[in-house]
Amino acid sequence: MEAVVFFVAAIGALGGAIGVIAMRNPFYSVLALIVHLFSLAALFLLLTSAFVAAAQVVVYAGAVMVLYVFVVAYVGGGGESAWEPIPGQRFLAPLLGIALFVELSIAVLGSALKALETEGPDVKAGFGDPAAIGRLLLEKFLLPFEASSILLLLAAVGAIVLAARRQETNA
Amino acid sequence: MTGTAWAWLVLLFPLLGSIVIALGYKALPQKAAGMIGTAAIGLSFACGIAALISLLGEDADARHHASSLWDYASVAGLDIKLGIYLDQLSIFMVLVVTGVSTLIHLYSYGYMQSDEGYHRFFSYLNFFVFSMLLLVLAGNFVLLIVGWAFVGFASYALISFWYRRETATRAGMKAFVINVVGDIGLVLAAFLIFRELGSFDYGTVFERAPEVFSVNEWSVTAICLLLLVGAFAKSAQLPLHTWLPDAMEGPTPVSSLIHAATMVTAGVYLIARTHVLFALAPTAADISAFVGLATLLVAATIALVMTDLKRAIAYSTMSQIGYMVVGVSIGAYGAGMFHLMTHAFFKALLFMAAGSIIAAMANEQNIDRMGGFAKAMRFTSVTMLCGGLALAAFPLTSGFFSKDEILAYAGARGGMYLIFVVLGYFGAFLTAIYTFRLIFRVLQGEPCAEARELIETGHVAHEAPKNPATGEPEDTDVGFPGPEHHIAETSAPMRVAMGVLAFLALVGGLVQVPGVDNVISDFLDPAFEGPVLSHVHPSIEWDWIGLAIGGIISLAGIWAAHWLYVANPERPRALEQRFQALHDFLFHKWYFDEAIDLLVVRPALAIGRFANRTFERFVVDGLVTGTEETVRSAGGIVSRAQNGFVRSYALLLIAGFAGLALYFLLSSS
Amino acid sequence: MNITWYIVLSSLLFATGVLGILLRRSPLVILLCLELMLNAGNLALVAFSRMVGNEQGQVFAVIVMVIAACEVVVGLGLIVAIFRRRLPLNVDDLRELRG
Repeated sequence: MEAVVFFVAAIGALGGAIGVIAMRNPFYSVLALIVHLFSLAALFLLLTSAFVAAAQVVVYAGAVMVLYVFVVAYVGGGGESAWEPIPGQRFLAPLLGIALFVELSIAVLGSALKALETEGPDVKAGFGDPAAIGRLLLEKFLLPFEASSILLLLAAVGAIVLAARRQETNA
Repeated sequence: MTGTAWAWLVLLFPLLGSIVIALGYKALPQKAAGMIGTAAIGLSFACGIAALISLLGEDADARHHASSLWDYASVAGLDIKLGIYLDQLSIFMVLVVTGVSTLIHLYSYGYMQSDEGYHRFFSYLNFFVFSMLLLVLAGNFVLLIVGWAFVGFASYALISFWYRRETATRAGMKAFVINVVGDIGLVLAAFLIFRELGSFDYGTVFERAPEVFSVNEWSVTAICLLLLVGAFAKSAQLPLHTWLPDAMEGPTPVSSLIHAATMVTAGVYLIARTHVLFALAPTAADISAFVGLATLLVAATIALVMTDLKRAIAYSTMSQIGYMVVGVSIGAYGAGMFHLMTHAFFKALLFMAAGSIIAAMANEQNIDRMGGFAKAMRFTSVTMLCGGLALAAFPLTSGFFSKDEILAYAGARGGMYLIFVVLGYFGAFLTAIYTFRLIFRVLQGEPCAEARELIETGHVAHEAPKNPATGEPEDTDVGFPGPEHHIAETSAPMRVAMGVLAFLALVGGLVQVPGVDNVISDFLDPAFEGPVLSHVHPSIEWDWIGLAIGGIISLAGIWAAHWLYVANPERPRALEQRFQALHDFLFHKWYFDEAIDLLVVRPALAIGRFANRTFERFVVDGLVTGTEETVRSAGGIVSRAQNGFVRSYALLLIAGFAGLALYFLLSSS
Repeated sequence: MNITWYIVLSSLLFATGVLGILLRRSPLVILLCLELMLNAGNLALVAFSRMVGNEQGQVFAVIVMVIAACEVVVGLGLIVAIFRRRLPLNVDDLRELRG
């Protein structure tokens, strides 16, 4: 049963990914990414990470993608061909991508880390619960937690500054 | 105080004088500089006398001392000390050098008075005397080379003293370069001595040499030949003599001191000092004697046609040094040194008188334009006549006794050496002729314009100074023959110096009259004791016969000069036209300058040009430009990676990452 | 399904993201591909967290999500600014930082 869910979610994720890179219209790419994100949430659930899955759906698919949709709607685009490498990198780019995947796979498959072949230790009932995550965030990882909130503030300010209309100065 | 302590003082005073005058040249008034300079050498002379007295108080055999101030290099078999060697030969040279130098300093005190570079002159002159004394007193070959090199430098500095004159600077460079050639010979000789004998120290070298070398072995011959190269360069013997006439570009006191009495005798001193080595290499000694003989004759013939007064006297110097070289090469050390001393007296005097006359002629040096100074400048003419008589070996003058003693010694050795006797007397004949040619031309006859002006008004001619060689006007601002001209009649210091020398030139020979006294030889001979060279002494009868022949030849020469140049005013020109080719050959100094230019200078320049065109351009430039091109093209290649495309940067990033991952995968497998 | 499957899937998604960055011209799509890569990293983090048995990897994944959000915000702000100035929305034409 679990294997079936896994493969469905995996295919969804891969399909979404390929859709992102292959679609001509950027709007369709955004939609493909949303599919991808949902699939990933399913995968997270398979890994008993309930909170992360929920955050993925709510934050990523819900907020970030909506932002994307707005911008794509504003900016428009589309009509360009999907495959547009820099001349001179026609073969190098796919080659490197494939090479990267192959190397990482070899690293993983040939790894001496025996735990990779297990499904992980048996975990308690509250593994991956918001309570557990919350406890960690406020006890052990307080500093990263606070730092990321500052980062969010910076990003917001930065975005406003970047996208603000230029003030027309009268002579 | 011990003799060597006095000897160190002898070295100290001129050095101090030079430094004090150099450092205080702005502060010291002109007279003070002159007085300090002269006093320094005078003190040196006094210390030399003290050292002599100390030496005389010892046994004749024990009169040699070495003393060193500190170890210069004491490593791995090398043991070079800053040391002097005081024996009869060195004290003799010290006395001659300091004595004549004191008089010349006195002369310069008056002669250079209106020269802007007065302080510089005395500083250089003192430094020169210091270097010469260092050379003479040195106790090992290293210090000898140091003194030798300093002397060469001082000569260069003084020849090109009037440095705005292009002929002077060129002459200075020529002298220096030829001296360097000699230095090479000397240094190589020192290396060979060290290699064969293991030491630079005189005492050690001269003791070991007879044990290590057999007679005429190639190594000792090589050493002696290399020493000869050095000696000939310094003493202006063939073929390294071409610098001496050009060196007359310097002020007259310089010519008088360096190129008559002291520096050019350094070569003679060297041969005398290393007599032990020359005794072991008779071939080299003979070569030296023949070169001296050849120089003697060549220089005498050239002096017959020279029209520049100072250059004629310079060729005379070259010729007389030839006699000295012959003397010390055939073993007549005492006679050679005696001639060195008397020559110093009368040659320095001749130059001083020439300086006075040239000053009266407003720097004109061509004897064809001179005449009649006998009436115009009494004192100068008398002293010049004294010097000329001594040079021509007129009976009973100093030159008479010294020159003929060398020839008598050669006669006593017999065999091959009789050539020296015959040609030596022929040279003496020529010497008398050219000396009196000069004297008659300059002093006798119709007074020239400048002389007339002196007779009538008592004023010295006041033309603006011109370069005597090229005639271009001189720049008197910086340090030049000053606008004023100083002649002996008006300058007391000049008169004192010339007077003393004239006296010595006339009576200086009386210390070594054969059969009567033998002061110099008796004093010097113990220094030349050696196991190898046989002691040859001409008998007293032969001595007197030699002197008689010499006297006759001298008188004959004077008469010949009179007949050629005075009796019939047209005769010189008629002779010149009849022997035009010979005259040209002699006038062009036997074409030595041209030959050296062709054989040495041009090939050297050609090699330089070739090196520049090929080696420099291809190898050196190639290396440099090649490196530059490589770096630039490498930079160009790398800069193509910065093309502005974000995706290309990303590609490079991914490529690097992939490469790194590959490396880690491979290294951990 | 052991953890290896998740990790291999993660690397596949990551490589896809890389390909997308190298091959697409529009900055919007490039940003989307960046999201792909970040999510692939998140997947790997969560998988390892499950493998190890504590939730620290999941906390890390949450923080990554925060960072991704910030980055998207700034990136999209840039794109909007570019669009407003009527510049071509094409990474190849925006190349003034050239060496």
